[in-house]
Amino acid sequence: MLSALLALGILGVLFGLLLGYAAIRYKVEGDPLVDKIDAILPQTQCGQCGYPGCRPYAEAIARDEADINRCPPGGETVIIALADLLGRDPKPLDETCGEEKPKMVAYIHEELCIGCTLCIQACPVDAILGAAKQMHTIIESECTGCELCVAPCPVDCIEMVPVKQGLDSWKWPAPPPPPYERPAADDDPAAEPAGAH
Amino acid sequence: MHRLFQFKGGVVLKEHKKDSSAIPVRPAKLPPRLILPLKQHIGAPAEPVISVGDKVLKGQLIARAGDAISAPVHASSSGTVVAIADHPVPHPSGLPAPCIIIDTDGEERWRPRERNVFNFADLKPAELREIIRDAGIVGLGGAGFPAAVKLDPQGHEVELLILNGAECEPYITCDEMLLREHALEVLAGLLMMRHALNAKRCIIGIENNKPKAFRALYEEIRNTGADVEVVEVPTIYPTGGEKQLIQVLTGKEVPAGGLPIDIGMVCHNVGTAYAVYRAVEFDQPLISRYVTIAGSVAHARNLEVLFGTPVGNLIEECGGNRHTLRRLIMGGPMMGIALHTDAVPVVKTTNCVLVESAMHDVPLPSRNEYAMPCIRCGNCANACPVNLLPQQMYWYTRARDFDKVQDYHIFDCIECGCCDYVCPSQIPLVAYYRFAKSEIWAQEAEKRAADLARERHQFREFRLEREKKERAARHKKKRRAVSKGGSDDKKAAIQAAMERVRAKKAAQDSAPKNIDNLTPAQQAQIEEADRRREQRAKENHTPMSTEDSPR
Repeated sequence: MLSALLALGILGVLFGLLLGYAAIRYKVEGDPLVDKIDAILPQTQCGQCGYPGCRPYAEAIARDEADINRCPPGGETVIIALADLLGRDPKPLDETCGEEKPKMVAYIHEELCIGCTLCIQACPVDAILGAAKQMHTIIESECTGCELCVAPCPVDCIEMVPVKQGLDSWKWPAPPPPPYERPAADDDPAAEPAGAH
Repeated sequence: MHRLFQFKGGVVLKEHKKDSSAIPVRPAKLPPRLILPLKQHIGAPAEPVISVGDKVLKGQLIARAGDAISAPVHASSSGTVVAIADHPVPHPSGLPAPCIIIDTDGEERWRPRERNVFNFADLKPAELREIIRDAGIVGLGGAGFPAAVKLDPQGHEVELLILNGAECEPYITCDEMLLREHALEVLAGLLMMRHALNAKRCIIGIENNKPKAFRALYEEIRNTGADVEVVEVPTIYPTGGEKQLIQVLTGKEVPAGGLPIDIGMVCHNVGTAYAVYRAVEFDQPLISRYVTIAGSVAHARNLEVLFGTPVGNLIEECGGNRHTLRRLIMGGPMMGIALHTDAVPVVKTTNCVLVESAMHDVPLPSRNEYAMPCIRCGNCANACPVNLLPQQMYWYTRARDFDKVQDYHIFDCIECGCCDYVCPSQIPLVAYYRFAKSEIWAQEAEKRAADLARERHQFREFRLEREKKERAARHKKKRRAVSKGGSDDKKAAIQAAMERVRAKKAAQDSAPKNIDNLTPAQQAQIEEADRRREQRAKENHTPMSTEDSPR
């Protein structure tokens, strides 16, 4: 009886030590859930969600403080991906945050720029090149289209323009829905649903 | 007799090759204007080295290779550069791309010869590759991959060099005509390629529906005693696919996602071999090729076409009507792309121009307007030459489940169109796969852009933090210096300086800065800025009007 208790006790201590050691040895730095959420977010750093950047929003979602439908640049794709990850139901984009727009980049009208550096300070990804009293310009490939530089400009010389479509960024369009799925006139026999025969 | 193997699937198609292979090839008429796209190949676009107004000679370099994987472009005829501008190019999007536009002078004056090679076997393989690269030679089978890159074994042992003369798509006969008319030159080009690759064996594969081409090559091999084998392969579409031809000739499969060089093989098109011969022997860059014009034209035939010739000119030359076109296809009916206009030029990868008018319906793979629901018959899976499950990829693409589509190996799909062709419900399957592929690529590009943005954002935050700390440290040091040391003189000096600053600040605060001695232009600029600022403030107060304000 005693030996059994003793044996179990020793085993318990041993396993406890083992678990304790493993917890230290294989400790996960940071919050993996936040990283996963952050990986889904588009990294525009625009702040439209109400948080100062994508990472803080990811942290808020992980803490269950923010809803998953507050990211206009990500749009439906991001909402669905987040819903998948977190096991929640997807919902439509929160309109108070903004609306889904085609991808834009900022453009500085260089003849109007006075070189005040205010936009450089606003840019979350350092995509604006320039110095005090020197003309500024956007590094187009780095611009995320967050629009944060538009408001601070004192001479209003920054404009958001749609990304130019080139052959490299061109995508094959989705094939249009087949004839039997298109809404048809009532007397059209081709409008019967699949598997009707 | 060479032992042949089979790939799974494939389809037997009606050939439609008789019409265009009946008459000998002749050069196409010189067009008044040549349009030479800077990107006629896979890789980085070429960079122009001439400017508008320059006179160019035939064969002169007009754009140099933009990268390691790229190809230069040469003037296909002599004339004057009139523009370097966007022009429609052969691309499924119909979007314009940068082109060099040359008005021809009709003289066809060649640039002086720069190189003489008397015996290519004396050249080092690297030198031979350099000649091939400088001549702008790309794979002429259709993909347009720079040939010099593919002729570099890069440390691999090349067991077998295959020359692809299968030409399996209906209507196209340009490779057949090339073999019939220039068998010896193709053979010489093959030997040069073999030298560049240091390949042990060479095989030329030709489908058995081209007996004349086979005969011509066979004779030349016998006459010259070259150590090259020419093999007839069964006419089953898509035998002309690189991986399929390798499988038929050797029984080996190129691993998924791999290249033929991984199993010690390299495959080139016969047209590429001919171009290599011309570059080495005559110092002529790649400026023309054989093109089949077929379909709804009075005289279907092959022409030797200068790159940059508008497709419409070829149609007229072959007795077609440019105004009754219903569809215009570059390439074959199975894999070709529909052109949006006949103003697009012939480029290096153009093997065929297929004309379809109301008179003549080119039988094509499935079209969406007749599509019926999938009945799960499995014909597509039987026909697929790369052992995929087309209907699974179709269903998952329709559901936009691209992860799943990738699980079914969509990137091994060669878009041959066999599944389309056999589908009893006429579902345009390949259109779905192309859509899925470009969607996946776009998602990957977006992911990369997001990663870059994240990295830059993190670095910026780190930098701001560091600057803040540095500033704090500096202030602290200064404060300490001020409080600790300092005789009365120093303190007095500081005091005086602070007084001065205060006085200056008071003066500045009362009036705007730098407004003396303004030029009228500067004054106007200030007023302009003020006006914009005001207007903006107004707009912000009335949010209803922002949408239609012309900003």
